[in-house]
Parts: sequence; C-alpha cells; structure tokens
Amino acid sequence: MELTKDEIVRYSRQIALPEVGGAGQEKLRAARVLIVGAGGLGSPAALYLAAAGVGTIGIADPDTVQLSDLGRQIIHTTAAVGSPKVESAASTLGALNPLVNVEAYAVNLDDSNAEAIVARYDLVIDGTDNYEARYVLNDCCVRLGKPLCHGAVLGFEGQATTILPGRSPCYRCIYPRPPGQGAIPSCRDAGVLGSVPGLIGAVQATEAMKVILGIGEPLSGRLLVFDALAMEMRVVQVHSDPGCPACGPLSRDGKVEACPSV
Amino acid sequence: MSVRVKIPAPFRWFAGDQQELRLDTEDVAGLLARIRADYPELAARICEPDGAPKGFINIYLNEQDIRFLSGCDTRLADGDEVLIVPAIAGG
Repeated sequence: MELTKDEIVRYSRQIALPEVGGAGQEKLRAARVLIVGAGGLGSPAALYLAAAGVGTIGIADPDTVQLSDLGRQIIHTTAAVGSPKVESAASTLGALNPLVNVEAYAVNLDDSNAEAIVARYDLVIDGTDNYEARYVLNDCCVRLGKPLCHGAVLGFEGQATTILPGRSPCYRCIYPRPPGQGAIPSCRDAGVLGSVPGLIGAVQATEAMKVILGIGEPLSGRLLVFDALAMEMRVVQVHSDPGCPACGPLSRDGKVEACPSV
Repeated sequence: MSVRVKIPAPFRWFAGDQQELRLDTEDVAGLLARIRADYPELAARICEPDGAPKGFINIYLNEQDIRFLSGCDTRLADGDEVLIVPAIAGG
C-alpha cells in the first residue's frame, strides 16, 4: 500500500533522506519492533520509533508507573502514576502517532514466555533493568535469529551494541557471566542521570531503524561506551566467542543453561 | 613506560576517586598486579582470586578486547590506553 498524503507530510523530513525515501518509509510502516522495558531506555526508543512511523510497536513491562520513574522515563506523565506502564506508554504513543499499532504485554519476559512474544517481531530493543532479563532476551533472540539492539545505563555511563545473530557477537560473547549479587550497583542504589538513558535509548532506536532500512553500518561487533561526565563516547571492538554457549558453534540452537540468579 | 587506565564510575571509589590511573607496566598481568598492590579493593572487584579478569569485566587495550589479543600476557606500550568496562544493567 502506498503512503497516504498524511503519512508523506508527517514523515517528510526523513522521507527527504535519500537513504529512506518513500520505499524506506514503507519498510518502517511494515516493521514490527518489540521494546522490552518501558523505562529509561524504552521510553525514548519507543517515542522515536513511533514518531518515525514504525508500524507495530510491542511493549513489554510488568510494572506500574512510580513517581520516582518520571525523572527519566519520559513516555510516562504525572497523571499516569499508579497505572500499568504498558498502558501509559500505549496512551502516549497513540497521542504522538495514531497511525502506529501498539501491542502491550504487562508481563515480565522470562524463559516461559519470551520465545512466543519475541517470535512475533522483526527486531527487539533491550530496555530491561537487570542481568537475568538481559541474558534471557539475548538467548531468545539468538535462538530465533532476531536482531537485538542492546542498551544499558548506570550513573553517568551507558553502553550500546547491536546483536545480529549469526553475524555478530552476542551479549554472552561480550559478557560471559553476570556479576554476583552486589558486584555492580543498580540504578536504584547508585542513581542515574535521566538524560543518559535518553541518549542510549535514542542510539537503540537509531540502530533499529538502520537495521530495518538496511542502511549504514550497524553497531555490531562494536560496543559503544558513553561517559557523560567526561563527555566521551568510545567504540570498542567486540568479538564472537567460539566457546559461547548461546551462539558459538558448539551451542545447540542457542539453548543454554539458565543464567545463575543475580 | 606509562599507560593510562580508565576506571569505570562504579569502581572509582576503590581507586581513590580517580577517573584515570597512570601505571608503569609492561603487560596486562603486570598492570593487574600493580592494581592489586596499590588498590586491593579495586582489584577484588575486577579480578578473580587467580588474577584473571572476572566474566563481567572486559579490558580493552586501545579499543581491542584483551581476551582476543593475548589475554593477561598482552604487551603494553608507552602511551597505551586501557579501558576497564563492566557489564551494567540499568535501563
């Protein structure tokens, strides 16, 4: 189906990019992206993808909006405090762009449900807030061959990489084992500057659009490391681990032992 | 021979609140030994008891992961930059 006049006007600034054009906009409209976590990373990622006209956005998050979320989770408003995050996010996205179809999952993604949900999408954005969920999502995306745009933040620092299963290192290649309890503080304990997940979430959204459009060089095989205090952004090289239990040649279709609880 | 070692924010407290250390050393093993001697609490957070980096800690020499160079035997040269990067999970 060709783009409507309203769509051409709404997306005119990105359609003007030769790398996007009308054909690219139609690809975005046909795309299905799952955002896991409607928090500090998921908020900007969802807003930018909806604004850009990604046709279907799935959002998974089991939590309700807390007052303490509002400093960084910009998809939620004060009026939404106490509401399920996925409902709040769907409402904001609907107001921003009613052309986008939003699918809400008020659940925690784990081994019991991840595969069934992830399988419905073309690409996944990791906006989770704990190691266990990150390994579950990585292993599931590797198994199903779904591109995964990883992002994580703490304090003034952030990291991002794009995992293209079969073509790039996965999260387990980069970090073979999760930290033990208390080895790395959480954002709840150590704090986070709200604009830092804003920046990393925008990187994830940008990567998602690049992968959908098939343009540029994805941030795969590379890890972006951002330090807001120094205002330094480095890109380091990461490699596939031949012994990786999720994506290495000895893995059994990405079936790995559950990550130790952290 | 001096290399610059960038310390990630969660661990700076254990490095005298410094963002960067300058260490004289010839290889990564020597660098970690210097950290153990001068900042034992920092070393306990980034290394296993046998001295190897923990599974959620990556050490990059000039943007290359030392696991895919020569590990702790990776040689260092004057002016090299070493980045210590832990897995973080906040979202």
